[in-house]
Amino acid sequence: MKKNKMIERAIHGVFLILGLLTVGCVLLITVYLVISGIPAITEIGFFDFLFGTQWASTAEEPEYGILPFILTSVYGTAGAILIGVPVGFFAAVYLSKLANPKVKAFMEGAVSLLAGIPSVVYGLVGMLVLVPAVREIFDIPDGASLFSAIIVLAIMILPSIIKVSMTALEAVPKEYEDASLALGATPVETYFRVSVPAAKSGIAAAVVLGVGRAIGEAMAVMMVSGNAPNMPSLFQSVRFLTTAVASEMSYSSGLQQQALFSIALVLFLFIMLINATLNFFLKKEKD
Amino acid sequence: MLNRRRKAYIGIMKAAMYISTGLTAALVIFLVAYVFIKGIPNITWELLSTKPSYISGRIGILPDVVNTLYIVLATLVFVIPLGVGAAIYLTEYAKNKKLVGVIEYAAETLSGIPSIIYGLVGMLFFCQFLGFKTSLLAGSLTLVIMNLPTVMRTTQESLKTVPQSYRDGAFGLGAGKWRVIRTVVLPGCVDGVITGCILSIGRILGESAALLFTAGFAHALNGVLEGLTSPGASLTVALYVYAKEEGEFGVAFAIAAILMILTLLINFSATLVSRYFAKKREL
Amino acid sequence: MSDIMTAKDLNLWYDQTQALKNVNITIPEKSITAFIGPSGCGKSTFLKTLNRMNDLIPTVKITGEVCYNGQNIYDSSVDVNELRREIGMVFQKPNPFPMSIYDNIAYGPRTHGIKSKVKLDEIVEQSLRDAAIWDEVKDRLKKNALGMSGGQQQRLCIARALAVKPKILLMDEPTSALDPISTSRIEELAIELKKNYTIVIVTHNMQQAVRISDNTAFFLLGELIEYGETEKLFSQPIDKRTEDYITGRFG
Repeated sequence: MKKNKMIERAIHGVFLILGLLTVGCVLLITVYLVISGIPAITEIGFFDFLFGTQWASTAEEPEYGILPFILTSVYGTAGAILIGVPVGFFAAVYLSKLANPKVKAFMEGAVSLLAGIPSVVYGLVGMLVLVPAVREIFDIPDGASLFSAIIVLAIMILPSIIKVSMTALEAVPKEYEDASLALGATPVETYFRVSVPAAKSGIAAAVVLGVGRAIGEAMAVMMVSGNAPNMPSLFQSVRFLTTAVASEMSYSSGLQQQALFSIALVLFLFIMLINATLNFFLKKEKD
Repeated sequence: MLNRRRKAYIGIMKAAMYISTGLTAALVIFLVAYVFIKGIPNITWELLSTKPSYISGRIGILPDVVNTLYIVLATLVFVIPLGVGAAIYLTEYAKNKKLVGVIEYAAETLSGIPSIIYGLVGMLFFCQFLGFKTSLLAGSLTLVIMNLPTVMRTTQESLKTVPQSYRDGAFGLGAGKWRVIRTVVLPGCVDGVITGCILSIGRILGESAALLFTAGFAHALNGVLEGLTSPGASLTVALYVYAKEEGEFGVAFAIAAILMILTLLINFSATLVSRYFAKKREL
Repeated sequence: MSDIMTAKDLNLWYDQTQALKNVNITIPEKSITAFIGPSGCGKSTFLKTLNRMNDLIPTVKITGEVCYNGQNIYDSSVDVNELRREIGMVFQKPNPFPMSIYDNIAYGPRTHGIKSKVKLDEIVEQSLRDAAIWDEVKDRLKKNALGMSGGQQQRLCIARALAVKPKILLMDEPTSALDPISTSRIEELAIELKKNYTIVIVTHNMQQAVRISDNTAFFLLGELIEYGETEKLFSQPIDKRTEDYITGRFG
């Protein structure tokens, strides 16, 4: 009997460790990023690092200002949201409320596919279709620019926006819609004036999720944004926080590499903020 | 009759909905068609069955296929027991609600972290700190952390469908907790594990940023035994390298087409499986 | 009293099942008409044919006529939105929108094009007064309607229906989710409202029909079995089945 109890206890312990694994991983990531990210910031100087507008890591007198990356990430994400959210939102209303079942089933499959396509494939198609097209249409020397990145990001966040908004819209009680129709509102008026406001936390969560996706995307953006550390401008080659880390990591060392870790830390802080916002909206949606 | 303002509102909203849905559909169809048209003609047996050689100027993606396979298998081997264990802890053992909240919040946080950050931490922790160097193993372990929340969540979902009465019945017969878990709870995990596997495979196949600095981009064909400890590019990383660094767009599109086919297959099986499980639950 | 609504040979199918069989009925203006009968008898379904809420279910097929002010409401020339504005509805479960009390009431008028703040304020106050809930909510018009009690929510829903100035108010078991005190307040309200509106109410509660209605219709298995003055129907039913039902022998 005693032996049995010991075994049970041991097994309980094993499962406890497994259960705490996710917490451990989050701690591991946080600790590593903080420990490896702080030194460069203190050496370069907090303000010079965050608000410096020059990034010249391989120059003789290197400069490590990451404001261009921060602004590019913010503008790029904002642009992607500006384009992706309306498209995703209207598609979600249509699919959850008006589409006939066949169209809905087809589109759900299409949206899942969009979500599953690897980001390098987006990057590849963007490189060969979008970038030349942008160059032609806007008559600029190189199409690899913030604008191209915004378009690719807008497409990549579409599936999250559509799926999460659809779930929220489908959860709106039919009673609300009946009440509106009984007052003489048409179906379309009902969906936009009653169903959408009733699903607003869920739709907000969809937008925040989109923000997270857009700000964290690296590979696709790297392939279409040109990758020069300029201050952001729509039709210029730019570098994002993510691509700043990715593009120099393989050959960097010393302070340059430490600065890359610091960039990752900044990105991580952005993401944690977004996660907290997301959680806030998801909780509200549940109530 | 509706007044003009209402008619205009309805018209505008309808137009916005049709345009948005149409745009989304057109986008998907274009992407699939374009990648297939550009990629499929480039998929040859030679490409699939050889490794690249600078001497003959030939490009083969066999090493990348093998590496991808290794990464998928190695990741699943680790992530499934860990994810299932975590889920069992949450549904069967954990009594402290706060702790459950913390664990679930951690899982959500993990699924929100961008892959480039996983890549960086994977490099620092697995490659440097644990000394695995740049290798498929280090890449796989990085992906284990990324996919842990997925497997945990799908397993949790499937455990919710195991009726409490089964557990009570087993306890009533005098079974200990561990025995109940082995006989009642674990069989209930199967659905979740299968769904989790499919979703994880999809994510692993599509992942690139997290592998770049952990598994590297070598195209060498390794022996079976030293495979895991050698560096190597996955299909996605190979695509990136061929497109961005070497300008070999034919090969890049061939890989893109292969990835697209795999994505379609995975989505298809995910739908089939979820439909099958839904039906099974109804019975 | 003149008649405001008439149904002629009304049949309704859900897919293959016939839910209403040859219903003929005439509803007089500015009175309360009650529909009673065991659950599944078609009384709620029939109520919903009166403002075409059944249109929303794709499998429903309807034959026959429902005339409102002399026009068949199933005629293709009828604007269903205008029809539903004139024939309001209150549902079984109170269903205020998840918005403020004010916005709930203003929703209908706004939908029909009223923008002026002064006008809306006026309509909101009048509707809430008509629904006898003004005094309870006048200080928290901007508060979310879901914070109210069930009975208050239902009176809010009545006020919301009144705000678009309907002629008829259809009530689908409006008190079945409420406690006795809230129920009696809704009943008092219904009696008050019949001065200006025609009310058709579905109820599973026969005492309620006796207490408030002028006329009562008894439905069974999709058929209208008996229809007449409430007092008469309950004291001297003509049909054996009506008698069985009102004496509690089934249902």
